[in-house]
Amino acid sequence: MTLEIVLFVIFALVCLVSGILMVTRVNPVISALFLVVNFGSLAGLYLTLNAQFIAVAQVIIYAGAIMVFFLFVIMLINPEHEKRFLEYKPQLKIFAVAIAVLVFLQIAYIILFSKPSEGVSREVAASVKAGTIEQIGRELFTKYVLPFEAVGYLLLSAAIGALVLAKKKFK
Amino acid sequence: MLNNIQEFYNILPLIIIGGLILVSLIIEMYSESSEKILPWLSIIGFLFVGIYSLVEVGRTSIVLQNMLATGGVVNIFWLIFNITAAIVCLLSINYIKKYGAYYGEYYIIIQTSVLGMMLMAGAKDLIVIFLGLEVMSISFYVLAGFNRNRSSANEASLKYFLLGAFATGFLVYGIALIYGKATTTSIDAISLNFSALSGNVLFLTGVLLFLIGFSFKIAAFPFHMWVPDVYQGSPTTVAGLFSTAGKAAGFSALIVTFAALFGGPHGHLFTPYLSAIAVFSMLFGSIVAIMQTDIKRMLAYSSIAHAGYMLIGLASGNIDGVAGIIFYLAAYSFMNLAAFGIVSILEGKEETNLDLDSYAGLGTRSPFIAGLFALIMFALAGIPPFAGFFGKYYVFIAAIKSDLTWLAMVGILSSMISVYFYLRLVVIMYFKSSETEDKVSYTASEIIAVVIAVVFVIILGLAPGSFIDLVTKFL
Amino acid sequence: MLTEFGKVFAFILTAVMFVLIAVFAAKLIRPARPTKEKLTTYECGENPEGSPWVKFNIRFYVVALIFLIFDVEVVMLIPWALVYQDSGMLGFLVGAIFLILLGLGMAYEWRKGDLEWARPKITPLVLTKTEPPEEKQEKELNLGE
Repeated sequence: MTLEIVLFVIFALVCLVSGILMVTRVNPVISALFLVVNFGSLAGLYLTLNAQFIAVAQVIIYAGAIMVFFLFVIMLINPEHEKRFLEYKPQLKIFAVAIAVLVFLQIAYIILFSKPSEGVSREVAASVKAGTIEQIGRELFTKYVLPFEAVGYLLLSAAIGALVLAKKKFK
Repeated sequence: MLNNIQEFYNILPLIIIGGLILVSLIIEMYSESSEKILPWLSIIGFLFVGIYSLVEVGRTSIVLQNMLATGGVVNIFWLIFNITAAIVCLLSINYIKKYGAYYGEYYIIIQTSVLGMMLMAGAKDLIVIFLGLEVMSISFYVLAGFNRNRSSANEASLKYFLLGAFATGFLVYGIALIYGKATTTSIDAISLNFSALSGNVLFLTGVLLFLIGFSFKIAAFPFHMWVPDVYQGSPTTVAGLFSTAGKAAGFSALIVTFAALFGGPHGHLFTPYLSAIAVFSMLFGSIVAIMQTDIKRMLAYSSIAHAGYMLIGLASGNIDGVAGIIFYLAAYSFMNLAAFGIVSILEGKEETNLDLDSYAGLGTRSPFIAGLFALIMFALAGIPPFAGFFGKYYVFIAAIKSDLTWLAMVGILSSMISVYFYLRLVVIMYFKSSETEDKVSYTASEIIAVVIAVVFVIILGLAPGSFIDLVTKFL
Repeated sequence: MLTEFGKVFAFILTAVMFVLIAVFAAKLIRPARPTKEKLTTYECGENPEGSPWVKFNIRFYVVALIFLIFDVEVVMLIPWALVYQDSGMLGFLVGAIFLILLGLGMAYEWRKGDLEWARPKITPLVLTKTEPPEEKQEKELNLGE
């Protein structure tokens, strides 16, 4: 057993267990904390796939900013009300399970039955090179200049919009 | 990045709108009366970009490492977006004061939404489509809830956001599946390789999810549930923007992704899906609109029906259909904008005067506005000689050319149903007496905006051939 | 094959495992005899009253939102910082435009007062002969919002 397989098993187990715990907890704050663990182990899985930049982004954005945001939103709402909401509509749970099963089956199909696309290199060295931050930077500033600036405008409009909608007092 | 100075001139519209956003933001920061300066700045910017796009329409090119196309149909779409946005700004000057959203940010967010639409229309890569869509959608979510003191506006914004984010999820999932098989996001490369890819189940699932994601954005039948609530809750001028430029942007992205397949062996691959949602959108929109008593909800259902007519052009899978959609979009944008403009003029403070019955006696109270509104209703119903008739005519002809005569027949049937609720409003305006004798008060800017839109409707109705010739030249 | 990042991550993982194993081992070994007193929230000898679930001020939410947006910006800038030298002036400009966009967003928030934590208004001390000293103190304590 190589180190990668050991790491994969550890991360996959942590990911699975924390995911199940996140869904089954009653207290939303504890759920959110398990989600952090889940995000962290996902970052580990990305690393075993040599996708370093995505792993870093996962930790900084998801486990960092989005989780902070989640927790503030949970603290902002009244959780008692939400609990009653699920009791009124138990069919929502069935719907959620159905969607989860559907997505799971689709991914299982992709992994088990579909052939890898042509033009994809299966060499490890190539995948390590493609995943480095330098390589992503080079692509970003030659080929993907327009999407990069578009992301700038996306963030700008999101910032202005968020303030317009969430500010306590306008003007 | 840019190979020569000509390419710079070709993407100048995008640069101008991008710069306009920054300048407006600085004005908003340092000026005390930004809400008086920004509408006029926006209108000048939009008009300049629109006219510039029309002048430069012949310079087709693909710039920025195959990410963006300019010239031709793209510039025609840019023209539609910018003129529409300029009219919306002109209408808003007085309206948002009445509505309680009198802030400069309103115009900045309209500018960012137009930037997103322009990216969608020019995209040559699925990533650019996605980013353009997000810039546009996020701006729209904010615009829908601009007055935070109104619970209806909050509801509209939240509903639009949740369902829009859900639809974007479909879209991204679809793009991921397409990328997984094609190993590229370039639209040209995927269309070239389509024969080899089209046998793959996952690839086709991806394309279908992509279509479903856009069905949300253009408000087609099974994904239409957000439309009435969002149009009703958001500011009327903004609802006008959603239903015209927003819909045009969704169709422009569908056209840039699927037009390359039309005329080829796979042109009719998605016809079953597209014609099914077209039929249901038309019939559902027209029939449910009859039961509405609120004018904004009625226009919302009519907007679902019109999405159905446009989808006929896409389902027919030929170049005539695409030209027909573009004409239809231009015509529909001006008709619907004029309709929403008049609704915004008549709307009172706190969402009053939105009932169909509040239009009673308008023919005597304000003959000019009633006349304009009647004209627009005739145009929306598709009665010749207005632009609405020719839009339907072109897409139906395209469907008949592709042996989809039954689809055209359903379209005609649905138009006949829709005549009822459009003309009912005209009847209410002229033949029902009202309780009040109040004259309708309006400002010059509002009435000029409506008149401009109506003039475009008449021009497009009198000379539809020249617009269609201009479009077909570049297809 | 493990990349350099992977090795660093393996170290972090080991550190986390140390803590987890220590906590878990302690839980196995230690005696557990919970009573009602032990299970209540520790509040310095007082009996806890009411739910600890207080609604946060919306300002926290605005700050979290701004943080989220600028966090994404930081992630986009990491690759730029590594490679902008390779493509010369052009590469610098691409990142500079991005930075100007986000910088303007930041300036907008600043200018509009969204980064300010509603500060208590401190009324300047004005000593007048007619005002008795008690009233003056009250004025001082009257801290805005």
